Amino acid sequence: MSAHLKAFACGARDTLPMLLGALPFGIIFGTLAIASGLSMPATLLMSALVFAGSAQFIAVSLVASGAGLAVLLATTLIVNLRHMLYSASLLPYVRQLSPRWKVPLAFWLTDETYAVVHRHYLDANASNEHKHWYFLGSCLAMYSNWFVCTLIGALLGSSLPGMAGWGLDFAMVATFIGIVVPLLRTRPMLLSAVVAAVVAVAANGLPYKLGLMLAALSGVIAGVFAERWSLESGKLTGGVDEPV
Amino acid sequence: MSLFEIALIGGMALITFSIRYGLFAVGHRVRFNPLVSRALTYVPVAVLTAIIAPAMLVPGDGSWQLSWQNAYLIGGIAAILIAALSRNLLATIFGGMLVFFLWRWLLA
Repeated sequence: MSAHLKAFACGARDTLPMLLGALPFGIIFGTLAIASGLSMPATLLMSALVFAGSAQFIAVSLVASGAGLAVLLATTLIVNLRHMLYSASLLPYVRQLSPRWKVPLAFWLTDETYAVVHRHYLDANASNEHKHWYFLGSCLAMYSNWFVCTLIGALLGSSLPGMAGWGLDFAMVATFIGIVVPLLRTRPMLLSAVVAAVVAVAANGLPYKLGLMLAALSGVIAGVFAERWSLESGKLTGGVDEPV
Repeated sequence: MSLFEIALIGGMALITFSIRYGLFAVGHRVRFNPLVSRALTYVPVAVLTAIIAPAMLVPGDGSWQLSWQNAYLIGGIAAILIAALSRNLLATIFGGMLVFFLWRWLLA
């Protein structure tokens, strides 16, 4: 096996645990998309062309609640903004590559692949020359898994038309809880979540699902302020060193 | 596919790809304003929580349901506990759904 293929296979292999996590997520997305009224081709095309799990989930739940196109696209923008952090962090490693590499690697850059690939770029033992093949391996593993899971979910959803009334939308709530709760490791993060929750419930009646945007914005602002405040109070007491 | 679906998927794909590729295309090293990069780290938690909370407390576009008869609330609380204790995504999804469906079935 050539060194390229070996790096590619390693990338796919190291992404396996992430595939397991994405498996129910993709299947549930497929069933929910059909239940929310999206057609089968649209459901599959969304997974093939957008390839952003949380944004897709939120989009179908907004479609089900009758939101308009502008709200859907604005929400997509906000939810996916975090990917800019990922591409900024990977930029030093991929800047020498040609667009022929950069375009597909960017298209396939997800939370999971970022986590796996970033770790690999920092690994001094692996050969630098083939790391973009590793990146590609991780991407294609995630992408094929996501597409197949969407297909399975969409087929399930359309063969069991009564599924819309089963409360499967709770699966999305449980999935998001499973993503968010482990992230709440610092007080500012916790405060950000609490503020977002309170504003979201209070503003739930606003038209065009504007409550979601308002709540997300309030949560972000609360988190940033809490972080600044805790850093400053740490400096005052001399107890906490700022991370460098 | 309807026109709405084409516009939705086309728009979402364009926005998502631009966010992911923008910096790769510019190519030179970027330094975010520290405030911006701090703010971006709070985006996933704030957005997802803003979806979770109304789904648990105001399910089905109705009114407040702060009651033990609300399966979304009970299932959600169970999922939060499982997630906090196990930090395992699969356990949270399956455990939360199990409690949700059991609760519905018991109330039916």
